[in-house]
Amino acid sequence: MAYSAKVMEHFQNPRNVGEIENPDGVGEIGNPVCGDIMKLYIRVKDDRVVDAKFKTFGCGAAIATSSMITELVKNKTLEEAEKISRQSVAEALDGLPANKMHCSNLAADALHKAIEDYKNRKKKNE
Amino acid sequence: MERKIYLDHNATTPVHPEVLEAMLPFYQEGFGNASSIHSFGREAKVALEESREKVAKFLNADPLEIYFTSGGTESDNLAVKGVAWANKKKGNHIITSQIEHHAVLESCKFLEKEGYETTYLPVDKYGLVDHDELKKSIKRETVLVSIMHANNEVGTIQPIAELAGLAKEKGVYFHTDAVQSTGKMKIDVNELNVDMLSLSAHKFYGPKGVGALYIRRGVRLTPLAHGGHHEKSRRAGTENVPGIVGLAKALEIAHSDMQEEERRLKSLTETFFKKVTERIPDIFLNGHPVLRIPNTLNLSFKGVEGESIILNLDLKGIGVASGSACTSGSLEPSHVLSAMRVPGDLAQSSLRFSFGRSNTVDDVAYVVEVLPEIISKLRAMSPIYQK
Repeated sequence: MAYSAKVMEHFQNPRNVGEIENPDGVGEIGNPVCGDIMKLYIRVKDDRVVDAKFKTFGCGAAIATSSMITELVKNKTLEEAEKISRQSVAEALDGLPANKMHCSNLAADALHKAIEDYKNRKKKNE
Repeated sequence: MERKIYLDHNATTPVHPEVLEAMLPFYQEGFGNASSIHSFGREAKVALEESREKVAKFLNADPLEIYFTSGGTESDNLAVKGVAWANKKKGNHIITSQIEHHAVLESCKFLEKEGYETTYLPVDKYGLVDHDELKKSIKRETVLVSIMHANNEVGTIQPIAELAGLAKEKGVYFHTDAVQSTGKMKIDVNELNVDMLSLSAHKFYGPKGVGALYIRRGVRLTPLAHGGHHEKSRRAGTENVPGIVGLAKALEIAHSDMQEEERRLKSLTETFFKKVTERIPDIFLNGHPVLRIPNTLNLSFKGVEGESIILNLDLKGIGVASGSACTSGSLEPSHVLSAMRVPGDLAQSSLRFSFGRSNTVDDVAYVVEVLPEIISKLRAMSPIYQK
């Protein structure tokens, strides 16, 4: 199995590892088959994602996609952020091995969940 | 130069220089076909039969009971399918365990499609097959029991003699996959009381693509491949003479210092386990604490996925294996650890260190030096690890 140089770079130096205290949204996603778990925290200001942090239990691809999505999403409007797909994460990493495209590419799903969580919290407070 | 440490000897081993030296003449000057009558063929035939005698001696078998194959997978296939097919009239039931190598498990699954029935015996938390479970499972239709000697992932050694005794009492053939134990410990087919035993050269510093199946005299078995009268018509195909010479030489070398090497490897794995658990918290041993091949240590590092550790160790020049889903090829964690009821996240967190001839105490020190930092970096990233 060969990871791209970019995957390895993000895997070795993951960006934005950790948690956000009192986050505006949290998305947690797990792969029930292989057991990967990802938790993504976002800070939202004026409908813009101003900060994102993650914690991931998973393989090299799972960690690299987590790291990449925190970079992709920063300073994006919620509308833009919702358009980030599994495909766009994989492309930003110069591709993922075929067998990793589905199982370890959960970051976009976690992001969409975090945004949904943010929206639900907002509704409740209205 | 970057340091390289190989700790994956259960996957494969390098060919021993003396093995290679023994093999080389049979690629060129001694290239003859062992079935030919002329001097070229006779030379190959002599080497083939000398190798057979050597292998037989180390297994305490008769040379007529040694059949050379292309490796462990073929040996397992021949034993399982061969016996099932040849004994169809007697019955259609096979007993094996949940922790077998895929070569046995998939052979059984294939036979199920032909109408055979398989019982997959459970194991305890150490990976041991239960004696009474086997006893209960044997029925009139049972034609074969196949239980591995030492497990490739966790190293647990089964009480084969005892299990085989149960099968013998009921007149059922017993096969053992000894691919991981051969070359690492003494193998005596009579002490083990088995009817068939699989082995593979590349697991003990021999070449890849060559193995053997011991078949006790009198065992009825249908061949997988049909063709010439090689290997007493049980395995057609021109014999891989250089490979077979290499297999025999490798077995001879393994036996020349077996006890010493067993002790050395045991001490290395023990030292490694002690040091690594001193420096890293929350490590769990998978496999039997004592009944284990001396070179194998399977550890779970709580909260960290196996492949992510492998990649980090690889960047430091260290080669290990894992039972995690990503590395199993099936997207599911190791079937062995699952059968041992290791919780899913710990199965995902497992690493297999398998030591071998090249490893030294310095290697242990180096791995113990680099591993704590890797684990704590990954644990800091883990949503499921709490100190």
